[in-house]
Amino acid sequence: MSFRRFFSRRRSDAELEEEIQTHIAEETAENISRGVAPEEARRRAYVRFGNPQLVHEHLWSQNTLTWLDGLGRDLRYAMRTLRRSPGFSVISIFVVALGIGGTVAMFTVVRNVLLSPLPYPDSKNLYAVWEHEDNDTFKHFNANLPVDGGSFLEWQKAAQGSAEMALISPWQNNNVSAEGGKLPELIDSASVSWNFFRVLGVQPVLGRDFTASDDRKEAQAAVMLSHGFWVRRYSSDRNILGRSIYLDAQPYTVIGVLPETFTFASAMSQSNAQQVWTTIGHEMPELMSIFDDHEFLAVARLAHGTTFAQLISRVDTTQKRVKAAHPDPAVHPAAVGHSMLDDAVAAYKTPLYALLAATCCVLLIACLNVASLLVARIAARSKEHAIRAALGGSRLRLLRESLTESFLLAAAGGGVGLLLAWGALRWLVLTRHDINRIETIHLDGFAFAFTVLAVLFAACFSALIVAMGAEDKRILATLQESSRSHTGGGKRATLRRGLLVGEVGLTVVLLVGAGLLLKSYLRLRNTDIGIPTDNVLTLRVMLPEARYSDVAKPAAFFDQLLQRVKGVPGVESAALNTRAPGQGWGGDSLITVTEHPPLPKGVGLDLQRRGIDPGYFAAMKVPLLKGRTFREDERLDRANVVVLSESAVKLCFPGNEDPIGKHITLGDPKTPYEIVGIVGDTRWDITLPPMPTFYMPLYGGGMTSATVMVRASHNVESLAMPIQRIIGEMDPDLPVSGVMTLRETIAHSTVSSQFDSLIVLAFAVIALLLAAAGLYGVVAYLVTQRTAEIGVRIALGARREDVLGLVLKDGLRPALIGLGCGLAGSVAAVRLIESMLYETQPFDPVVFAVVMVTLLAMAMLACIVPAWKASRLDPMQALRTE
Amino acid sequence: MGKKKPADNEMLKGTMDMLILRTLVAGDAHGHTIAKVIERTSDDVLEVEEGSLYPALHRLEDRGWVSSYWGTSENNRKAKFYRITAAG
Repeated sequence: MSFRRFFSRRRSDAELEEEIQTHIAEETAENISRGVAPEEARRRAYVRFGNPQLVHEHLWSQNTLTWLDGLGRDLRYAMRTLRRSPGFSVISIFVVALGIGGTVAMFTVVRNVLLSPLPYPDSKNLYAVWEHEDNDTFKHFNANLPVDGGSFLEWQKAAQGSAEMALISPWQNNNVSAEGGKLPELIDSASVSWNFFRVLGVQPVLGRDFTASDDRKEAQAAVMLSHGFWVRRYSSDRNILGRSIYLDAQPYTVIGVLPETFTFASAMSQSNAQQVWTTIGHEMPELMSIFDDHEFLAVARLAHGTTFAQLISRVDTTQKRVKAAHPDPAVHPAAVGHSMLDDAVAAYKTPLYALLAATCCVLLIACLNVASLLVARIAARSKEHAIRAALGGSRLRLLRESLTESFLLAAAGGGVGLLLAWGALRWLVLTRHDINRIETIHLDGFAFAFTVLAVLFAACFSALIVAMGAEDKRILATLQESSRSHTGGGKRATLRRGLLVGEVGLTVVLLVGAGLLLKSYLRLRNTDIGIPTDNVLTLRVMLPEARYSDVAKPAAFFDQLLQRVKGVPGVESAALNTRAPGQGWGGDSLITVTEHPPLPKGVGLDLQRRGIDPGYFAAMKVPLLKGRTFREDERLDRANVVVLSESAVKLCFPGNEDPIGKHITLGDPKTPYEIVGIVGDTRWDITLPPMPTFYMPLYGGGMTSATVMVRASHNVESLAMPIQRIIGEMDPDLPVSGVMTLRETIAHSTVSSQFDSLIVLAFAVIALLLAAAGLYGVVAYLVTQRTAEIGVRIALGARREDVLGLVLKDGLRPALIGLGCGLAGSVAAVRLIESMLYETQPFDPVVFAVVMVTLLAMAMLACIVPAWKASRLDPMQALRTE
Repeated sequence: MGKKKPADNEMLKGTMDMLILRTLVAGDAHGHTIAKVIERTSDDVLEVEEGSLYPALHRLEDRGWVSSYWGTSENNRKAKFYRITAAG
């Protein structure tokens, strides 16, 4: 065809008319010249030419987009069909929307969080480097161990030429003091080597970056602000540059503001957490010359022509040399690294991919369901189709109608799904701050493209199945079915049964996954952190060392604070701990038992370190197993006493000896601490097993931060305000942070498990409902098809129970086969989510049993209604239905 | 309407195109002349159906194998003449 003619059809039509007229005239003239009368000559010319209109039409269709025309007709037709059965349409669209929406949302999350590059130039050349140790001392940690300053300087030297390395300590805190009427607050902060931002390739939007001269002990204190903090606390004031802000009661000059897009995340720190950035050289210069205090993470930008393998082997060799030179057990013997992106998001890979897989399952089930419904629809219209085929309607033409229909359904589902995805993502960003880079999530062109792909997939998938079902060429047979149908539509029912098997199988996989995740979540929630968690409130205070520099000052402050808190009406008991159970890392120490022979070189006893007030164990109900707690007068220079947790005793005194009265040292052999008591274990993180812990008197001096823990008989949250007021009265410049109950703490640290399990459970329930609907549909269809046959059976004396059993068996068979397939599929699927499970076996027999029972109950329920109806058929009426 | 099978139709189209092009090699001509020449050269074995001649001519023109212009026929009528192109 030609577009020139297509767009000027009227003109080219006129030309043709003229041409035809010429032809007729020529022919007429020729006839006249043969001696025929003019009238007759003209008539003959017309006869010879044939119908000019036909030529017109021929040319017209040659020059038109017939398929476009046909498409329009198909679309109109499909719309009308869909509108005629709104129930079917709405359900199908909703089902597809759910599948597409879920898949698009998860795809967007996976792409933004796991796949899209970090917001730094050439970010693929950026790597995170950690230390590594593979022995019993650090068995409670994962493969990444923080880096010490001394080793880092060695690494930097070794890497010269092949990579530029920078250092960051992303887990610092600072008090921002009350200034200009603003409240004091505790913020997350980071200390970095001066070249940190340069290595990442980030430039401040305001002011300047750190220079080497800022990164020294004697330098004037300088600070860079995160964009969010600058906007929030300083209302985007550009004059902030050069002014001083107070961090931990010390003045810092603001030298720059980081760009809004800047964010830093690692395996051990959250993205967008750090509000201010200071230099390591100024903050903690003493750490740069020692090898046993691990406070950092190293980042490296590879130079051109260097591979990461080369760099890490160099760094690793250097670390082995460091270990050889400093055989202290606290010095780690190896280094590991990953790309910075992997470092930030590796922890979310399995859960996010598992959720993506779950949503894909839902999409597949949705497609199967819609296909099954379409097949049913075609089956119901098979006679009409057969008649049309017999009258010459092309098979493709008939097929195209259902294709258009399935495409329309998928497209509408895609549109609604996109809305659903948008809502789901909004909700996700609001509820899951704990996922690194979650703030980068947005629906973009890729998401739209993916939606289009998903729509096409859904449409083609359903269409393909429908087409497979429509292969039936026996027009005559179909027409004959009308007389006496016995096995009528059996073939289509077979196809639908096949679809059902797939649907049930996927449902089983989802159910098993949901069951395991849910069980794991419940296990996690019911884990005992070591103390009763009901009605316990925590508040954290950090005293700035600048103002509480004297050893006695913090002790006096905490003592006074505790006495006043105990006096607040409603407080049942109150206690202090440097870090409340369940609220995370509180610091650790390598200890030696003085009475024991020295341990082999390189082996240490690593214990969690906590500072508590003497009444802590009683107030928080930590069971005292042996010995005593601290005495009130065991403070300051008389505080060389410790209490060990049960597992610490097991670790340090494996020989069943009595630890009471023995001594431990913390690095310095001249100050031994006497063990005076043994208490029960508590967990520092609910998701991890308890770690051996030792307790020291908080009033021993030197500890400047503490968590106030209060227990009340009820409504403990209402105590937060009075206690904050007390702290404010004692030091108005002191921010209070971490105000939450222990229950909230636990909810917070189990949120990801809760999220994963509930989402997969929701998907599984939806899948179950869809499968039930599918099963019901097939059985009901079969019963309708076999009405006459059943009528005959009953008339011939078949018992109602037989009929019931017959139909039930027919419906349950695909469910049983699907169950078998699903269980087989689950074996593979549970392997994938194994790492997400907490104290739950991937082949948990209870979960598998519950899934089987649920599924069979669902299948029975779906089949029993039509089966019951069939068994109640009145044979007379059934036989008359023809 | 004829109940020709699609395969036959195809052959007819190709043959018709060749016949037209061969006719035009001898010189430019309009529709009527082309029909006559084809009939004559095939010793009246082939009867050209005008119903397919014009669509064929237009198709050839779209493909760029023939070009057309309005001229005057031997009988002084305004007629559309077809000329074979290099591609044709």
